[in-house]
Amino acid sequence: MTWEPVIGLEIHVHLKTRTKMFCRCEVEYFVPENSRTCPVCLALPGSLPVPNGKAVEWTIKLGLALGCRIADHAVFHRKNYFYPDNPKAYQISQYDQPLCVEGRLVVPGAEGESEVGIVRAHLEEDAAKNVHMGSAQGRIAGASATLVDFNRAGTPLVEIVTGPDLRSADQARRFLQLLRQTVVELGISDAEMEKGSLRFDVNVSVRPSGSDELRTRTELKNLNSFAFAARAIERETERQIGIYESGGEVEQETLHFDPGSDSAPPLRSKEEAQDYRYFPEPDLVPIEPPAELVDRLRDELPELPGARMQRLAAELDHDLAADLVTSGRDALYERVPGDRRAVANVLMNQFAAAGVHTDAVNPDELGKLIEARSRIPRERLIEALAASGEPNFTAETYLADGLVADTSELEPIVDRILEANPGQVESFRGGKEGLLGFFVGQVMREMQGKADPQVVNELLRAKLSA
Amino acid sequence: MIDTLRLSAEEAYGLVERGEVSTPELHAAYLAAIAERDGELHAYLRTVDDPGGIPIAFKDLVSTRGVETTAGSRILAGYKPVFDATVATRCRDAGMSLLGKTNMDEFAMGSSTENSGFGPTLNPWDPERVPGGSSGGSAAAVAGGLAPWALGSDTGGSVKQPASLCGIVGLRPTYGTVSRYGIVAFASSLDQIGPMTKTVRDNALLYRAIAGRDPCDSTTVELPEPVQIPEAEDLKGLRVGVPKELNEAEGIEPGVKEAVDRTIELCRELGAEVGETSLPRSVEFGLACYYLVAPAEASSNLARYDGVRYGLRVDGADAREMYEKTRDAGFGDEPKRRIMLGAYALSAGYYDAYYGQAQKVRTVIAREHAATFENFDILVSPTSPTVAFKLGEKSENPLAMYLSDVLTIPSNMAGLPGLSIPCGLSDGLPVGFQLIGPQFSENVLFRAGHALERAIGFDVVPGRLQ
Repeated sequence: MTWEPVIGLEIHVHLKTRTKMFCRCEVEYFVPENSRTCPVCLALPGSLPVPNGKAVEWTIKLGLALGCRIADHAVFHRKNYFYPDNPKAYQISQYDQPLCVEGRLVVPGAEGESEVGIVRAHLEEDAAKNVHMGSAQGRIAGASATLVDFNRAGTPLVEIVTGPDLRSADQARRFLQLLRQTVVELGISDAEMEKGSLRFDVNVSVRPSGSDELRTRTELKNLNSFAFAARAIERETERQIGIYESGGEVEQETLHFDPGSDSAPPLRSKEEAQDYRYFPEPDLVPIEPPAELVDRLRDELPELPGARMQRLAAELDHDLAADLVTSGRDALYERVPGDRRAVANVLMNQFAAAGVHTDAVNPDELGKLIEARSRIPRERLIEALAASGEPNFTAETYLADGLVADTSELEPIVDRILEANPGQVESFRGGKEGLLGFFVGQVMREMQGKADPQVVNELLRAKLSA
Repeated sequence: MIDTLRLSAEEAYGLVERGEVSTPELHAAYLAAIAERDGELHAYLRTVDDPGGIPIAFKDLVSTRGVETTAGSRILAGYKPVFDATVATRCRDAGMSLLGKTNMDEFAMGSSTENSGFGPTLNPWDPERVPGGSSGGSAAAVAGGLAPWALGSDTGGSVKQPASLCGIVGLRPTYGTVSRYGIVAFASSLDQIGPMTKTVRDNALLYRAIAGRDPCDSTTVELPEPVQIPEAEDLKGLRVGVPKELNEAEGIEPGVKEAVDRTIELCRELGAEVGETSLPRSVEFGLACYYLVAPAEASSNLARYDGVRYGLRVDGADAREMYEKTRDAGFGDEPKRRIMLGAYALSAGYYDAYYGQAQKVRTVIAREHAATFENFDILVSPTSPTVAFKLGEKSENPLAMYLSDVLTIPSNMAGLPGLSIPCGLSDGLPVGFQLIGPQFSENVLFRAGHALERAIGFDVVPGRLQ
């Protein structure tokens, strides 16, 4: 029997609003502990939440980018649980009436497009940060005390939940990259995994290929990179297949990966029958986004990365198109003239390695450089690409000082070579056109490799056919 | 010589404006009265030295910057807010200054002030009796001449009922007209701050000072019309409804019934049209509904008292044990009882049957009231079925205590305003007359209350203090 994995994702995106979700404290991370706090985010008695309008707008914008329906009546709920990083002992989140529902994201791929359902996207607040003292690497085990830093408490988060629609680790990776790029381009989040502004959990189950059943799933947590997530999904898929093939049953559990170590086995925890006692947050009124607002936000949407990938895939292949878009280099790609594949390849390879900011580049000059790249020595090309973001960059500098393309300088040399080799000239004219390379080689030797081969070619052809 | 037993706040403003008395002299007079009588009554948990304005007392759940605010609970002993509640700021803006913080049932849970973590308050009319609750300290302070006026809070009847039992005027405003920012929360969808005063005009003055939209409380609204200080002495054109279930409820004492019936007759004499009406479902289901909604919200609101950030902490081996020990030591029986009831009502599998159902019933109650107001401008009834009862009489029987609020709860569940004015004595103890109006009808209630107050001529000074 062959098996297929069934994968769903829960993604948390930190919105980069200036202030927190329910108070006016600034969102800042590299500042002293507990310096961005107030009665609301410390949950002092009597404090009340007031929603951040920008965060609501941005969530709607994201929902629209994900093809969601925007609820005309969305409700905040309280999710009740005790933990020191949860100062009110409830998190304000959304439950059965989220802001955005029923969307989809189309992920282009070599095997065709795949559509991933977006079950919901909702707005909530983040928890504070527990810092365990007196133990190795700040772990809770063996800690003598726990301190809480409330700077992060109450910062806005969007949670996006997909349907169980992904069928491979690679597809999950490509979905996440596209989602990340979408969020970044909307300007609503840095979505940087290293900074924790993009986090996700993965639900995995397996089933016989082609079946439509949904078997018991496990939840993979603490996946701190796309590549790591893809590996973890592969491993978990194999593990579950192994269990079924040896006649066992997969248990519902949560697997916590240690971000510090790829190889360590995950910590397991049984799904606790945690009862969060959700109920509508009585301190807030429902959000009822006016139709004009939703229309305005829809009009503001740029051409989305998914659409651009599809468009570019028509002239390149899917992988190259996806790489261009998720690297944010496709806008430059579209402005640089020249052979499409050549431009794409240079942008994704030598140009990417040069680390130049795409906005600073003059696309026409870059186009000239790419067009002439075979005539420029490798080191010199790398130098040129690295300089391509400088204000007065011209490709000419590198073309000119690299190779002699001036016909008045090359013509006497070409004439001399032809005179010195009458037999070969006769053979060429008799049909042995392969001898062109011989003449080019002779000219290049004379020029010590500094002649522009294209110009030399043209000169030789002109004179030999005269 | 300032007679604190008789001086109204309006008169106090007059004395100060005319330069006959300074605000420090006013404060000194009240502090002297407190020194003389509060040893016995225990209306105050603490007094403060802030003589710059017309004195006012706050129930101890109004956050006051730098002044201990306990909500009557040992779990908050020593807690000093770093911010003022919006109502505190508004009182200061209206020329008032804080005289002291008054005693209350712990977290406003109770109807006698016996549930205070700091000992009970006694009724100025008879110190063997309770002042009602949960705003018993504020009611006793005003009735006993220990404050010209005070703020209380009303969730199920906690302003109206103690006003009734102490022979003063108490308003529970329309939900959403007075900010809850900085008010230690009990049940967020029901809590409202209300003025407790000697006269209806004082009540309107204080309501005018505190009411109106507050950007810090999302559930507040702007008043549809300015507050009018009542002057009319008749009830011409007013349609007064007498809901039979509220006037014939089991447990209404004969002396209470007599005084209320006399007042209804007085309405007629003053020119009102009086007719009978009915609120069958509101009265049948109101109390049950309240005891699902209020504890449910309380179980969540009181979860923040976990010993992590402020208030009492009893150390334990780990966070969980610290929570348990802290909350066990810090909460009295009534909060514990309601937290358990509320957590149960919100639990998975019970939510729909309890909390969810109660919210639906609440809508039914609101509609039933709204229908009645198509035919009547106000509804009247006793505020409390009984006059002040003896200390200990009901404290061992929570259900008997809960029934103290049976007449105030139905309109509270509908978010409606209610005014209680003293309408006579029964066995030498004050009887309260409840006037209920549609949303935002405070001006109508003040007008009717004022006219009745003039006609009744109730002497607000307790007999034993004359």
